[in-house]
Amino acid sequence: MKIRMLVVLVMVLALLAACGGTATTTGGQSSAKPLRIAVVMPSATTDLAFSQSMWSALKAVQAELGGESALELQYSENMFKVPDAAAALRDYASKGFDIVIGHGSQYGSSIQEIAPDFPKTTFAWGTDVNTFGLPNVYAYTAAAQEGGYVNGVLAARLTKSKLIGVTGPVEVGDAKTYIDGFVQGVASVDPGMRVGKTWTGSFSDVALMTEAAKTHIAAGADALTGSSQSVVGSIGAAKEKGDVLWFGTQSDQASLAPNIVVASQVYDWSSILKQMIENRKNGKLGGDTFVLQLKNGGLKIAFNSTYPLPDDVKKAAEAAIEGIKNGSIVVEP
Amino acid sequence: MSEIITSAVLIGILTSAIRLATPYLYAAIGEAISEISGVVNLGVDGIMLLSAYGAFFVALNTGNLWLGLLTGALVGVAMGLLMAFISVTLKAEQGISGIGLYMFGLGLSSLLFKTTIGTVKTVVGFQPVRIPLLSDLPSLGEVLFDQSLPVYAAFLLVPLAWFILEKTTWGLRLKAVGQTPAAADSLGVSVDRVRYIAVCVGSMLAGLAGASLSLALVNLFQENLTAGQGFIAVALVYFGGWRPLGILLGALLFSTVNAFQLWMQVLGVAIPSDVAVMLPYLLTIVVLAFTVSRVRGPAALNKPFERGEH
Repeated sequence: MKIRMLVVLVMVLALLAACGGTATTTGGQSSAKPLRIAVVMPSATTDLAFSQSMWSALKAVQAELGGESALELQYSENMFKVPDAAAALRDYASKGFDIVIGHGSQYGSSIQEIAPDFPKTTFAWGTDVNTFGLPNVYAYTAAAQEGGYVNGVLAARLTKSKLIGVTGPVEVGDAKTYIDGFVQGVASVDPGMRVGKTWTGSFSDVALMTEAAKTHIAAGADALTGSSQSVVGSIGAAKEKGDVLWFGTQSDQASLAPNIVVASQVYDWSSILKQMIENRKNGKLGGDTFVLQLKNGGLKIAFNSTYPLPDDVKKAAEAAIEGIKNGSIVVEP
Repeated sequence: MSEIITSAVLIGILTSAIRLATPYLYAAIGEAISEISGVVNLGVDGIMLLSAYGAFFVALNTGNLWLGLLTGALVGVAMGLLMAFISVTLKAEQGISGIGLYMFGLGLSSLLFKTTIGTVKTVVGFQPVRIPLLSDLPSLGEVLFDQSLPVYAAFLLVPLAWFILEKTTWGLRLKAVGQTPAAADSLGVSVDRVRYIAVCVGSMLAGLAGASLSLALVNLFQENLTAGQGFIAVALVYFGGWRPLGILLGALLFSTVNAFQLWMQVLGVAIPSDVAVMLPYLLTIVVLAFTVSRVRGPAALNKPFERGEH
């Protein structure tokens, strides 16, 4: 009996070990010591949304700086549980990574706790604006309402049913500001147009998100948007219907449904990352808050070239982008 | 309220509810079969994930949805064998091994997804099949008889499971093994054999639950696609008092309230979204509190069977 229990214990432990950390290195060994950046993310690097936006930016910066010999990257993904993420952040810091990023607004308290223990390490986290007054912490966020506004203008101009659906996760952070901006964009074209909003209460419940999108479609909506990694379900539902348009955010979502994605607001964190690296070379380890905006190029509107966007609609969107950049249009977050 | 809930909205709510209930039905009926034999399998969610992945991977690469569905079922059986080996042969604590199985399924499906598919893709899933005549019935016909095949199958599973559990020798043996394994053993019933079969059948159904998600309802795979549905399925077994009809009622109640709250949000009814999202869980807990105390589960649930120890 005892041997049996032992065998079981070993097997269970093996199972747990097989599924525990999913840290992956994409760095190389070289004689010159490369800069080392580690990032902890709540979802996967391939989520077509929040985490992917950061991972793409890191890879782009790596390529720009000269590949793996110049910049070593390491990530931990699917760190949805904050205690796991905190352990990973501390682990990376003690392994001597130069910049440690907690890519999720839920990681704030962990960063606040860990950063003072590693004064030579740069920490960054977002989306938020709070650096906790610590000299080695950066905060970063995205003015998601700006691209939301542009998407709203596009949606209001393209809808035929005059019914637009928003599939949101939880009413917080950039999901909320994006959707608030979207609603303002719609209202700028037609103040009377109805925008139906649903919240699933989860960032990861794809099945419920799909059903939410199907509900909007059944109610007559022909233009949908939404935020978080679970919106792939909404995009799938729109794609299946065939004539329902999708407006993306966080990452370029056109690849999933090339025929119905009109445009996506893309978060490009690379300028922020480069600024952090530059500051570090000059001895500055943190203390600033960065905000991605259309004006500073951190936010981009990626029009899907496959979708035949009428010229006048595209002009309206470009006018909105220009207006936000020069301050003549103010989008409330 | 009455002007908001038109017949079109009502039909919409019921159509959504039937779709939402589908994975719960497969998974919970499977779990009930396993539990009636005396084995709690908390790994349902992990089985669903690995099967959803397997089914999606095969369908994506072969273009054959049926082959995908079959893969989902087979992955379920394989996971069932693993669970049965740990909990029946090795007699491990069932709760712990189930959680281990869940984490194994979660981790392996994520890993395989990343290495073999890489990014989110979609398939054209099972399309709604109208059943002639029945689907032309006013209003309800559209709700009940214009769904995809895996959805019909999930609902047909309810009477089928009832028949097997109540009217066949195998059902009787299953119950005997779950209630008084020592007595069943003395009558020449192989407790381990029955439990192996029950766990594998249950896991196969969990596999179909996962495949119905990735091939009929959501039509894509993403890491942690189920987002905990398997655990709700386990709760539904208790809710339904280990009876297929009870599980059906529970799944429908939960899904209908969920569909209802989605529709209320779409229609702009002024309730805070947090409250709306909470509704299905809240109502389930309330119903559970008032009903479940009357029902008793299998007496040997969660107890490994050791010959001669009883």
